[in-house]
Amino acid sequence: MRKIKYLSALIISLSLTLITHAQDDKVDMADTMRSNGRIYVVVAVVVLILLGLLLYLVRLDRKITKIEKNSG
Amino acid sequence: MRKSWWKILCVILLFYTFIGGFLMDVPRLPALSETIRNLYFHVCMWFCMMILFSASVVYAIRYLRSNKLTDDIYSRHFAAVGILFGVLGYATGAVWMSYTWADPNNSSFQSFGAVAREPKLIGAAIALLIYFAYMVLRDSISDIDKRARITAVYNIFAYALLFPTIWVIPRILPSLHPGGENGNPALDTKDIDARMRLVFYPAVIGWTLLGVWITSLKIRLSLLKEKRLLQ
Repeated sequence: MRKIKYLSALIISLSLTLITHAQDDKVDMADTMRSNGRIYVVVAVVVLILLGLLLYLVRLDRKITKIEKNSG
Repeated sequence: MRKSWWKILCVILLFYTFIGGFLMDVPRLPALSETIRNLYFHVCMWFCMMILFSASVVYAIRYLRSNKLTDDIYSRHFAAVGILFGVLGYATGAVWMSYTWADPNNSSFQSFGAVAREPKLIGAAIALLIYFAYMVLRDSISDIDKRARITAVYNIFAYALLFPTIWVIPRILPSLHPGGENGNPALDTKDIDARMRLVFYPAVIGWTLLGVWITSLKIRLSLLKEKRLLQ
């Protein structure tokens, strides 16, 4: 359980560094995050929110399972 | 966590909805432009609501046949999460319509007068109010068995009213929702673009599974509470 948590945190932080890195290496280059009217930035934001909400739901699910095991 | 294949499917489908919904090709239509992508979000809320209300009425009937209180708990929580998705559908619709139906040259008050006549808007509001009343009715009866029986019967009536208000009346009256001229303002399988179907159907399944997941958590919590009361 804990491993999965660390792994997902690692993946998120890695993807964040990728995003910020893309901004400072070359000025005004049309890399993915800056092309297409920057729609990919919106997608990244929305996907992060979805990821956060789903992780929250998974944690809630785990907590309830723990209580169920203790009381049952 | 109770691991089940449908929770994983829900996560995959939702990520597909959000990424594919923003990046895949959509038809270019006047007035709608990119807001056509709201089909994957706004319309799915209503589909999810309908399915959750259907599950709620199924458990209400099951309660009336079996008299088991767990069925009543299932029915209550399916209705509650259904209301949540209905309210989300209403709120997203309010944003969407302000940028497509509302006339930018008119004052917002005047264009609201035109939009508020939309039969689907009124119908959905009535349907939601009927379900709000379901919740009020539940909390106003303190006897557990009486509450379960009365609200199960009310649930069947509420479900029966859902159909005229959001399926029948909008088909009879002129509507701003698309497809009104063909007599089918909801989902017309011949009307929806093939490219959008690629995302839309998975999106409906994904959102519905999310609703069921939240409901299952609420049900498990309330079963735990029930157990504690008995001990």
